[in-house]
Amino acid sequence: MDKDIPTSSTWAVEARGIEKTFGEMRALRGIDLTVSRGECLVIFGPNGAGKTTLLKILSTLIKPSAGSVRLDDIDIRDKPAQIRRRISLVGNQTFLYDNLTVFENLKFYGKMYDVADLEKRIREVVSWVQLESRLHDRAGTLSRGLQQRASFARAVLHDPSILFLDEPDVGLDPHASAMVSEILESINSGSRTVVMTTHNLEQGLELGDSIIILDRGRVIYEASRQELSGADFRQIYNQYTETGR
Amino acid sequence: MNKAFTKIFTIFWKDMLTEFRTREIIISVLVFALLVLVIFSFAFGTGADMTEMTAPGILWVALTFGGIIGLTRTFAVEKENSRLEGLMLCPVDRAVIYWGKLAGSFTFMLAVAVVVTPIFLALFNLPIFLPRLALVIVLALIGFASVGTLFSALAVNTRARDIMLPILFLPVVVPVIVSAVKATVTVLAGAPWGDMLTWLQIMIAFDIIYLVAATLVFEFVVEE
Repeated sequence: MDKDIPTSSTWAVEARGIEKTFGEMRALRGIDLTVSRGECLVIFGPNGAGKTTLLKILSTLIKPSAGSVRLDDIDIRDKPAQIRRRISLVGNQTFLYDNLTVFENLKFYGKMYDVADLEKRIREVVSWVQLESRLHDRAGTLSRGLQQRASFARAVLHDPSILFLDEPDVGLDPHASAMVSEILESINSGSRTVVMTTHNLEQGLELGDSIIILDRGRVIYEASRQELSGADFRQIYNQYTETGR
Repeated sequence: MNKAFTKIFTIFWKDMLTEFRTREIIISVLVFALLVLVIFSFAFGTGADMTEMTAPGILWVALTFGGIIGLTRTFAVEKENSRLEGLMLCPVDRAVIYWGKLAGSFTFMLAVAVVVTPIFLALFNLPIFLPRLALVIVLALIGFASVGTLFSALAVNTRARDIMLPILFLPVVVPVIVSAVKATVTVLAGAPWGDMLTWLQIMIAFDIIYLVAATLVFEFVVEE
């Protein structure tokens, strides 16, 4: 999160003063964050810190109570449909229909995004997540790990420039989690901007170009990968999340 | 515009394919509607005098309450696995999602009516070929599906969605139910077109109001 760069057009994600209240509860309290194009921002924080709420706001699923969000220099309130074409979200829920095959699921989402040459693109993304042999199996018959790989295929089908990942390895066994890690490493290898929330400190540090720690709806710590090199991040994390309480 | 229709059809086709594989909605609604017909036909008898008095009400009780069972599933299936979020992330107007789901709800209800109505007519010794009754059914089901799809989206976020949907749905569709029953009375009595025209006009007017209003407010119902 390089704050020295003056023009907003540099940012793939630019959030200013984001607040969100649910009734009496203030889930987010004035979040400012910026992510450069092609950068991976990792958001850490304890349960209830507001990570998922923040990602839902950034991905246009819910509206903030205050503040503004620009993605690829477009205000999400002005052109939500145009924004949604450029973004994708992978959560711990896969958005897949259990009674449709992986192919049918991808075809459905591909048509919703007007993906050109859809069948070819489906073959490409399925090959990327190594799911070719299960392409015509119903999504509901796949293991949790395979479903999550299919979910990644769904997410990149329309080649989004910004990808939001909300704890994508939650509930996966170590083997499936390792496969998801491989996918995560390759997902950010190009010019794609990634914003990810995770509890997995090691994985987050490995993937992130910059990190923030969120607690009780506030950013309580932020640093770049360079700033963190050699530091004991677990100690920092424990210190900051304890301090925030 | 063409793109919007393509996406409405894509959502509709996805719902058809899912239902074809599971038969969750059709079977439950059909069994319920047929049970209502059989129970009422035994309770009231099927004599000519009773038929005129009770048959229209029995048909619409079966279709309305059966329809509610189906409508509760319309968005419940999208709530599982957060699929509604997947739909909401698609680069389409929220109205497209509404019309896609509406097309599915209407088709399921129509499919049930296509099976139930001939059985109803046979049970009550009425002529099987009644095109005017088909028109009444189509108009009423458009009203049911338009309101039901909207309230299904609203109720799916509540804890007691199975109770919430009928509570919201029935008071709003009363004008359509009453008009459908009255129009059915005239059809079964063999009265001329003119006698049912007012009821048809009421149904058409409410269908338009429901469709326009639901299209406009759907966005606010599904967001947050």
